[in-house]
Amino acid sequence: MKQKIKQIVLDCCTERNEIAELKIDVALEESAPLFGVDGVLDSIDLVSLIIAIEQAIEDELGIIVTLADARAASRENTPFKTIGTLVDYATLRVQQQEQVHE
Amino acid sequence: MNEPVTLITGCRKGIGRFLAEHYVAQGHLVFGCSRKPSDFQAPNYRHFCLDVANESEVRPLFSAIRKHTGRLDHLINNAGIASMNHALLTPMTTVRAIFETNVAGTFLFCREAAKIMKTASFGRIVNFISVASPLNLEGEAVYAASKSAVQTLTQILAREFAPFGITVNAVGPNPVLTDLIGGVPNEKINQILQRQAIVRMGSAEDVLNVINFFLKQESSMITSQSLFLGGIC
Repeated sequence: MKQKIKQIVLDCCTERNEIAELKIDVALEESAPLFGVDGVLDSIDLVSLIIAIEQAIEDELGIIVTLADARAASRENTPFKTIGTLVDYATLRVQQQEQVHE
Repeated sequence: MNEPVTLITGCRKGIGRFLAEHYVAQGHLVFGCSRKPSDFQAPNYRHFCLDVANESEVRPLFSAIRKHTGRLDHLINNAGIASMNHALLTPMTTVRAIFETNVAGTFLFCREAAKIMKTASFGRIVNFISVASPLNLEGEAVYAASKSAVQTLTQILAREFAPFGITVNAVGPNPVLTDLIGGVPNEKINQILQRQAIVRMGSAEDVLNVINFFLKQESSMITSQSLFLGGIC
């Protein structure tokens, strides 16, 4: 599951890079900074990316998941700090969602 | 598909039902919802039974809209509940129920609608507030407080959603003959009417007129506004 979600996140980042000036360094894969101290995303960019990932997870995996998180805007504790932390967080939320439906 | 896509909450009866029938007649593809099933049927109407504050019930509705249409032009957050009671006789279950439906439900629908509207960089959201707030109506402390919260939500979401081409406004009906005010004594209704500049009951058409203004393509500079009917400020 984690690999599938990682691919979805990478695809969404690549798609986002096509229209953005400041690019996410997708080649760094999981260590690529997204949001926070070293990140290239501002809060509006982050919102757009998270929505795209939610919709892609729904379309490709058939799982409706909300990636909203109370720590989203925290520069220190945000789960959206890097592609790796985002993949881990999204994987956790998908697994939680699957458990609800089991 | 070129027809406008409009989502209306709480449209089994009352103003919501009137709005659903109106926009269906106007050729919109209308998605409606309420807790109980609706007997309204039309080729361009889809009804969902759900609790507006229940995220696990609401998300599939937006998933269906996104899959079937790929877009959402209008959201009309009409669903709401009220309770007329002295504060000292108001149980906490009532307080929580009113805030869940009126505030949490409105927020959840705004959030999910904006995710779809953002794709097209266009959207119109209309929330429902009430004259009970500016009039500080006795006996409606919790209801009025919940509608004040919706007014604040409207103003802040208008700012947060503006970069996506989405406007967020609110209409505040004066008393309109619906089930919502069914438990309010006539004497109380008359007292409210006397505090209006235009001393008469409101109608569903009055509410529709305001909503039509907010939904217009040309209203792209109109956001964060609260419009109360009857001359109340």
